[in-house]
Amino acid sequence: MIRFREAVIVALLAVRIGNAADEPSPQFVAATAARSVVKIYGAGGLRGLEAYQSGIILSPDGRIATAMSTVLDSEGIDCVLDDGRRFEATLVGVDPRRELAVLSIDATDLPAAVPAEGRAAAGTRVLAVSNLFGVAVGDERASVQRGVIATVVPLEARRGAADAPYTGTVYVFDFTTNNPGSPGGAVVDSRGRLLGMIGKELRSSAGGIWLNYALPIDEVLAGCEAIVAGGGTTATAAAAPPFDLKLLGIVFVPDLLDRTPPFVEAVLPGSAATRAGLASDDLLIAVGGRAVGSRAAVERAVGAIPAGDPVRLSVIRAGTVVDCDLGPRPAAVDRIAPQESVP
Amino acid sequence: MAAVMMAAATIACAVEVDPAVLEAQQARIDAIRRATPAAVSIFAGESGGGSGVLLTRDGYAATNFHVVQSAGPAVTCGLADGRLYDAVLVGIDPTGDLAVVRLLGRDDFPVAVPADSDRVQVGDECFAIGNPFLLGTDLQPSVSAGIVSGVHRYQFPAGTILEYTDCLQVDAAINPGNSGGGLFDAAGRLIGINGRASFEKRGRVNVGAGYAISANQVRNFLGGLRSGRLCDHATLGARVATAVDGRVVVSDILESSDAWRRGLRYDDEIVSLAGRPVRTVNAFKNVLGILPAGWQVPLVIRRDGRRQDLLVRLDAVHSPAKLAALAGGDAAEEPRRAGGDEPEVPAAVRDVYARRAGFANHHFNAVERDRVAAGLAAVRDGLPNGPWVLAGRIAAGGEFRIELSDATASIDLPTGTSTLAGDDEFDRQPLPPGSGGLLPALVLWRRLVIEGPAAVGQTIFWGTAPRHPAAFVAGASADLVDVLESAVAGVVARFGVDASGRVVWIDLWTSPDGDPCELRFTWPVGDAAGGMPASIDARYAGEPFATLLLDAASAAESPQ
Repeated sequence: MIRFREAVIVALLAVRIGNAADEPSPQFVAATAARSVVKIYGAGGLRGLEAYQSGIILSPDGRIATAMSTVLDSEGIDCVLDDGRRFEATLVGVDPRRELAVLSIDATDLPAAVPAEGRAAAGTRVLAVSNLFGVAVGDERASVQRGVIATVVPLEARRGAADAPYTGTVYVFDFTTNNPGSPGGAVVDSRGRLLGMIGKELRSSAGGIWLNYALPIDEVLAGCEAIVAGGGTTATAAAAPPFDLKLLGIVFVPDLLDRTPPFVEAVLPGSAATRAGLASDDLLIAVGGRAVGSRAAVERAVGAIPAGDPVRLSVIRAGTVVDCDLGPRPAAVDRIAPQESVP
Repeated sequence: MAAVMMAAATIACAVEVDPAVLEAQQARIDAIRRATPAAVSIFAGESGGGSGVLLTRDGYAATNFHVVQSAGPAVTCGLADGRLYDAVLVGIDPTGDLAVVRLLGRDDFPVAVPADSDRVQVGDECFAIGNPFLLGTDLQPSVSAGIVSGVHRYQFPAGTILEYTDCLQVDAAINPGNSGGGLFDAAGRLIGINGRASFEKRGRVNVGAGYAISANQVRNFLGGLRSGRLCDHATLGARVATAVDGRVVVSDILESSDAWRRGLRYDDEIVSLAGRPVRTVNAFKNVLGILPAGWQVPLVIRRDGRRQDLLVRLDAVHSPAKLAALAGGDAAEEPRRAGGDEPEVPAAVRDVYARRAGFANHHFNAVERDRVAAGLAAVRDGLPNGPWVLAGRIAAGGEFRIELSDATASIDLPTGTSTLAGDDEFDRQPLPPGSGGLLPALVLWRRLVIEGPAAVGQTIFWGTAPRHPAAFVAGASADLVDVLESAVAGVVARFGVDASGRVVWIDLWTSPDGDPCELRFTWPVGDAAGGMPASIDARYAGEPFATLLLDAASAAESPQ
């Protein structure tokens, strides 16, 4: 497998981006950047939840970074390339803390984005390229907007009543980047180098205003590398038989969607989960340090842990990540554990 | 932005600024300075207002249909010179969200210079000038700069109107009130008419996704808008869909459509329309959406791997009654009798406004018809007022002789002789047989040329249409001619008249649902006014009837 850094070098060799004295034209940069942006179609279309978003091609062999969202809660995720080619994508895995996901499509020689080195400073002129409002379809090019990085600050945001899990640094812009369909889109500098990925639509925790921000490229790459290195939540764990988490004392919210988020509904009294400090409304984001994006993924990931080995879960509670050690994994049994009879 | 520029100005005092930066700034200032005088702030009283842009020295300005929809026949317009002008509604295109108003009182208005909007690229600098939030109470328009975010965009209509096809997408701020104003390129040339923006959870304010009707689309509709007719958009009479292999194919087709009669069938692949390649359903909708109803344009299809060239006449999207209802207001109704509750026409526009069914304002139809008539009159000299004799060879073999006079008309062909007497009802005489009405078309042509539009029945200025339908390519270089439409003795005829006043084509229908007889005139190159065409190509129902090659002496000789 080609690592992202190597992919970058290949891409740098393939794409001539001019020298310091002669900056490429904005039209050239827009066209080049747009070739690395894909339009993603999946689940949604109801009650203000769009069924489309954006993604960035990270490697010529089909790795695509995008925002972790309900759009991906679908058995069929379609990626449409700049040239109009349509591919069905596989979800490699998710990083719930960065709200990042990696998709894979079966293609080669794709025009991967060229990441910038280091962080950009406030005042940097940028172009944002995304599938905003789903305006572009088929081989129509993603939309390109222009603006400036207004500031580089930690994200303090919420969606609805819940705080956003990511509290690291983001680029904040002076123009409206985070529109419906924009999450997963690319922000590039005046040479077309990828500075970051447009995040999900969030409001500021402080003022409630809608934020225009992007996750810096180093965070995107770190998240994607971890997802890929971890083998992904769905890839390696897929073979293991699902493990019923009730045996550890965890009752999840009902499994209604293809990818029901693994929210803890209740913790059984006297169980390992209670002893480890798990509580209802915790969102389970990782098993043994590997990101998990759905209830089914959790069950497979725990199933992959040999009986007797320690079960370590990471959850998001009130906006922060909490690690919980549940002790040795019990053997899977067919019947329900006695602890289940709740008073 | 202003803060950034002020900071730049401050720094300029202290450090040396790259001359390229100063040049770019000056170029932008110059472009805005060039474009601003043509910007119109439209105030429509209780129904709001918006923006517009002046297109001609005598005051014709483009705006959006939705800006003038509820305004009635008169609006008040302000220019950046600080003066207010009365303006009258001229024409509307509800489907394409376009309208033309005419500012009154001057014949030296500043105008916007249009550019070829098909050359606009993503990443190009652009700026919008208009009256956002109707802030321009001091008549000074607002300018918002940005880049082009997308080209050839398709935006779904609201119902069947306000459809934005083949439009430009920009991140320059487009807010309510910018509607109808100009979108300009870096050189200050007009590339579009702003009219729409994507709004969502952040409210009805700019979020960096505005849309402009392309200048090239405006060009196609301008003739129809200036005719005062209610303009309609086009349909092929067929639906298209993307096949599994990605081709765009006909998925449904009306057997009453011209396209069906020309041979279009289910599952035919659409290769191009009006000279523009069609690779997606949106691309098909985009090119169709910039064409007015009634135009005849080339359609290229592929069937069983073989390419076929068709020439199709585009039907109207709406029935006349439906279009009138969508237009709303006066256009929907016949004029009421004096003494009725007819709404008062403001005094300022009373002389330039005429109510009539099917028109936004019939006054300007008479103005345009008279303009075309003046062009026809200019080439009348040198043509005999009496009978005409046209004789020569038929391209396919044999000879012909045509005699046209006030009382009779006849044509001799190798296949026989046809005669038409005086004011015969032409619809019963589509002579000669198989031509669909070549002879009546020539009779009306003679009358139009030597006596003017009044001599060929009820005549209106229809608008503009391609000079050479078979060779038409949509775009800025599209060659359009004026079109007159006449209804007389049971037939309807359209005459394409070029800028020199020569008739370049005639379509004549003897039945409203049938095919017209199509005559295409070729004129001798460099020939001055007067004289006869070098050839007349007659077609009917998609098939050639005859190509008549005229002797040089035609029309000069007197019949016995």
